[in-house]
Amino acid sequence: MPLTIPKERWTAEVQTATIGATKDEGGTRTSTVTIGGEQTLPFLHFEGETPNRPVIAMEVLDEIPTGWPEPLAQHYEDVWGDPAAWARKAVDEFGADLICLRLLSADPDGGDASADQCAETIQSVLEAVGVPLIIWGCGNDDKDNDIMPFCSQAGAGERCILGAATEDNYKTICASALADGHLIINQSPLDINIQKQVNILVTDMGMDLGDIIMYQITGSLGYGVEYAYSILERTRLAALDGDRMLQMPMLSIVGSEAWRVKEAWQPEEEAPEWGPLERRGIIWEIATATLFLHAATDILVMRHPEAVAYVRDHIDEMMSGQPI
Amino acid sequence: MALTAMDIYKQLPKTNCGDCGIPTCLAFAMKLAQGQASLDECPHVTEEAAAALEGSSAPPMATVTIGIGDQALDIGGQTVLFRHEETFHNPCGIAVQVNTSLPEEEMRERITTACSTEFDRVGMIFGLDLIALNDDDGSLPQAAQLATEVSTLPLMLMSDNPGTMRGALEVCGDGRPLIYAAGADNFDEMIALAKEFSSPLAIRGQDLDELYELSEKALDAGIEDLVLDSCAREPATLLQYQTIIQRAAINQKIKPMGFPTIGFITGDDQVAKIISGCELIAKYAGIVVTDLITRDTLLPLITARLNIYTDPQKPIQVESGIYEIGEPDASSPVLITTNFSLTYYTVEADTSAGNIDAWVVVVDTEGTSVLTAWAAEDFTAETIAKTIDECGIEEKVDSKIAVLPGGVAVLSGELEDASGWNVVVGPRESAGIPAFFKTEYAQRIAQY
Repeated sequence: MPLTIPKERWTAEVQTATIGATKDEGGTRTSTVTIGGEQTLPFLHFEGETPNRPVIAMEVLDEIPTGWPEPLAQHYEDVWGDPAAWARKAVDEFGADLICLRLLSADPDGGDASADQCAETIQSVLEAVGVPLIIWGCGNDDKDNDIMPFCSQAGAGERCILGAATEDNYKTICASALADGHLIINQSPLDINIQKQVNILVTDMGMDLGDIIMYQITGSLGYGVEYAYSILERTRLAALDGDRMLQMPMLSIVGSEAWRVKEAWQPEEEAPEWGPLERRGIIWEIATATLFLHAATDILVMRHPEAVAYVRDHIDEMMSGQPI
Repeated sequence: MALTAMDIYKQLPKTNCGDCGIPTCLAFAMKLAQGQASLDECPHVTEEAAAALEGSSAPPMATVTIGIGDQALDIGGQTVLFRHEETFHNPCGIAVQVNTSLPEEEMRERITTACSTEFDRVGMIFGLDLIALNDDDGSLPQAAQLATEVSTLPLMLMSDNPGTMRGALEVCGDGRPLIYAAGADNFDEMIALAKEFSSPLAIRGQDLDELYELSEKALDAGIEDLVLDSCAREPATLLQYQTIIQRAAINQKIKPMGFPTIGFITGDDQVAKIISGCELIAKYAGIVVTDLITRDTLLPLITARLNIYTDPQKPIQVESGIYEIGEPDASSPVLITTNFSLTYYTVEADTSAGNIDAWVVVVDTEGTSVLTAWAAEDFTAETIAKTIDECGIEEKVDSKIAVLPGGVAVLSGELEDASGWNVVVGPRESAGIPAFFKTEYAQRIAQY
């Protein structure tokens, strides 16, 4: 007797989201990115369709990064301080599917850049690259509420993703996204109920389910990756089981999480038991990304070009698999 | 899934004879369901009933032991498809492949390195689990001889040739190495060897159907310690096969699939192999075989395994109370942190790395990190003040100054009020501890 293939009968599929708008669609992007639409758990081709591959967004900071370890910094030293050039390098040389522009300079405890300055940066990045943009505030709620309407306006019609709406702070960013035709990142701590709550709040304001990306705080290999891994799995299972308010595609921050842990930067002299430093950060970013991919993430936000290349190859392999 | 009392009751004689020491069959069934009685206490149960009850109460995936003694490796025994549903049991074994064609010195060195590769993470030591001797030149018995002398880890013997396999098994005696593998071509001979040497046996099928058939045949032959190899080596096929086997075992309770799997790490270079390894670790492999041996490549695999196999219902915790780092005295600083072991051991490692003698006061936050505990209100001015008060740190130091994690700087005022201690806000990240004590701390406490 041969084995009967055990297939789950999922009742629903993940929302499809398209990021970026071409000229015909009212924007200026030369390419768009479509994610979501999965009818099964990651890459189970025998069970259902995975119509869109997971994508890689590369991070661009609007200020010169501090404390980046040498193996990472060496790839960006020539462009940092110039977000447009940085974005161009990420796309032309490293093949980023999207650019994740982080407006860290707006932080009142840091550069305290003005809304106009941020809007200008966005404009310059939009002109420099043809791929879609994720525009992420500095993380200070009040300041983000000040700048986001202008940032949103600067990219009006381009179908960017704006980040991030939280349970306590979603109205301004959501109104901006609605007004200018963007998508939105709904962020929550590692808690499915809070994620769902943010999704409900934002849809109550009129946001389409297809214009929402979920982000639940990530963690990195060795430092909480297992929490994020299980939250991603649980959220995707809920989506496939028909929970409409958890059916949006998911995003994971990998690069900044992986590169801040000691394994990624502590020199071998200080940590001989971890072996040579050279590849450790890249490996850490890759391992973290791999776990998230298999837990159902749709957008990986990454940093190191080599890590991006390896993970892209892995996505290729997983997507080219045949149903058995 | 566990049987209910009613399921069990249906299989009992229903005579209420009381010979088991319990007045009624139903009461006996209830005891059985709760695991407080054993079926052999009933002298009248029929053989068919016993078989039915035993069969359906058996765990869906067997636990297989490789090797003997302290270093023996248990794999399998899984009960769920997703770790959040319960936990993954028996962390997968990581086997380092050693080719038998290596010159003796190199082989010896590789085995020694593998046996001594250990990492200290969250206060525990993690290492590798198996030496996989790959017979690429027909010298498996000689290699096994060397390995039994050198290796502290159990062995996995890789050869398709029953003759050399026998030679190696004879060398290993009753050490229960894993025999890899029985395929369609050498099936009967390998089965005979597994029986003769009471060793666990890997079954290799060219596809899932063949794997199923061979596993069924092995069960019929009376071999119960099996490990399954679906022969999928390409990541996309592998993921699907692994998922199907795990579902067949756990959801469908298909006995021939109810065994741990073995997977081989693939990839064009060392970094690509990490990806393959992470996939196997996350997706149900019972054994992961690799030729990676450097510490920078094994560290992420061992860490991934630790993370995936951590019990999600029980974060690893340390006990609340006072901890000493270095040799603290009455003038040493007092650091406050939570009892999530990852948090504590990170603080411990960074403080030691900075050569700082310090007291660490650990607050019971039910095993959550500083920010999570703060958000959940388990790490508040009150809980911290209570711990400071109860742990007796006051008697160990001259001045009442506590260093609070920078992430919860917002608590400092309240904490001063609640505890009566002066509070210095430390770095946000534990990694900033050495620099903080080198540059800022003395200045910050000067006012007190």
